Amino acid sequence: MSYDWQPLLLTFRLAAITTFFLCLIGIPFAWWLAYTRVRFKPILEALVSMPLVLPPSVLGFYLLLAFSPQSGFGHFLEQTIGLKLAFSFEGLVLGSIIFSFPFLVHPVQSGFQNLPASLTEAACTLGKNRWQTFLHVLLPNIKPSLLAGIVLSFAHTVGEFGVVLMIGGNMPGETRVASIAIYDEVESLNYDAANFYALVLFAVSFLLLLVVYWLNKKLLMKVA
Amino acid sequence: MINLDIRKKLFSAQGEFTLDLQLHVDQGEFVTLFGHSGVGKTTLLRCLAGLSEPDSGSIRVQGETWFDHKRIVLPPQQRRVGYMFQDYALFPNMTVRGNLEFARPKGAAHGRVDELIELMALGELQHRKPATLSGGQQQRVALARALASEPRLLLLDEPFSALDQQTRLRLQDEVLRLQRHYGLTTIMVSHDVGEVYRLSQRVLLLEAGKLLQQGSPAEVFGAGQAGGKFSFAGEVLTIEAADVVFAVTLLVGNQIVRVIATADEAARLKPGDRVTLLSKAFNPALVVC
Repeated sequence: MSYDWQPLLLTFRLAAITTFFLCLIGIPFAWWLAYTRVRFKPILEALVSMPLVLPPSVLGFYLLLAFSPQSGFGHFLEQTIGLKLAFSFEGLVLGSIIFSFPFLVHPVQSGFQNLPASLTEAACTLGKNRWQTFLHVLLPNIKPSLLAGIVLSFAHTVGEFGVVLMIGGNMPGETRVASIAIYDEVESLNYDAANFYALVLFAVSFLLLLVVYWLNKKLLMKVA
Repeated sequence: MINLDIRKKLFSAQGEFTLDLQLHVDQGEFVTLFGHSGVGKTTLLRCLAGLSEPDSGSIRVQGETWFDHKRIVLPPQQRRVGYMFQDYALFPNMTVRGNLEFARPKGAAHGRVDELIELMALGELQHRKPATLSGGQQQRVALARALASEPRLLLLDEPFSALDQQTRLRLQDEVLRLQRHYGLTTIMVSHDVGEVYRLSQRVLLLEAGKLLQQGSPAEVFGAGQAGGKFSFAGEVLTIEAADVVFAVTLLVGNQIVRVIATADEAARLKPGDRVTLLSKAFNPALVVC
């Protein structure tokens, strides 16, 4: 029997795009969060960590409310830039970015915090500005943390279910990712198809984590 | 060259105190800040480098204002200070040459890096990462990197504290040679008397943020006081009763020395005390070994 690869491809496309945007937003944010001394830092840290403890359905529910064209935010987006977030792939990307945020920010933030302050100070006295220091001194020295953050957020997006179901529903080719497809196939007693999706996700997740631990060992050995 | 007059509140294990210093340093001078840990030596260096900010006062260097309370705070990037950190702060991701090249100011000639690699005998090590180097080698790279930035002022924060005695002596020579070579005004933090004697022209004795005494190392450490006497700083290891007197074992430098003490003297000492060992009753002879 032939299997439908579409949900799997959609899953990995979603994870790749989400991870890309997460890096773009999350790494500079983690950098700022690691060194900032603003008073409301604990509030920000709590907010970032919320997706770790919140049931995905709770997050999905509020996102759905916010994305809906009936809400001010959803209405505004649809009217001004024509972006429809509820039950669309774009909505899934935004939801996944929020949901996977702590998985990228936490390792990267602690990576920055574990670097000796003297590295930044040395770069300062050598006349380098913040951006040069970030690019040439800080980032290259937290490679294991970056790798962990990127792979964890990718893998977490692959495995996400509740948020996707709430804000995306089950539209083939648009929001029907693999985890939804598994649930759907089991509902209709298609155990073969469910098993196919499940097995691929299982294998990919294992391989991803294996690569992380293996690379981390190599990176650490190079430093030592 | 440097005119400094600053105050800054500091917190130490002994409580709160104020760093309150007036200081003038001439071009090309080698000055040491000497004192126990936590008296504000490192803070003074950090204020000069722009890594910490004084509460009030002013810092002027070569006619340029680096700090003036509430008006001017020149960022460290524009001060052109070569700062050697206690932990060396070498960039682990770059090779030895990479560290030096990174420090080279934009538009400056490559020649300086090559010259420093040559001067500090880093040729063999230039393509290695800092983590693969010994402590002494890392220290040399850190010094070379501080100099590669073509600084106007060199600041050394306990540059030799993590090294063994032999490496220490060799590197002290090296620092002195380079300092003379570039005619660099240098301020060093240290609490090693030998180091201060060998390197500096002037020593500032700090205590609880205040300048206690200053002058040449010989003046400050009192070699001139009694005239012709020998004195060594040491640490009491053990005190044992031996017949009517006491035998005190001392650690002087890295040598163990035993001396005789009277019961009175022994009563005032306990293991761990820092003492000065004097000899003035006879003429010591120097034996070549």
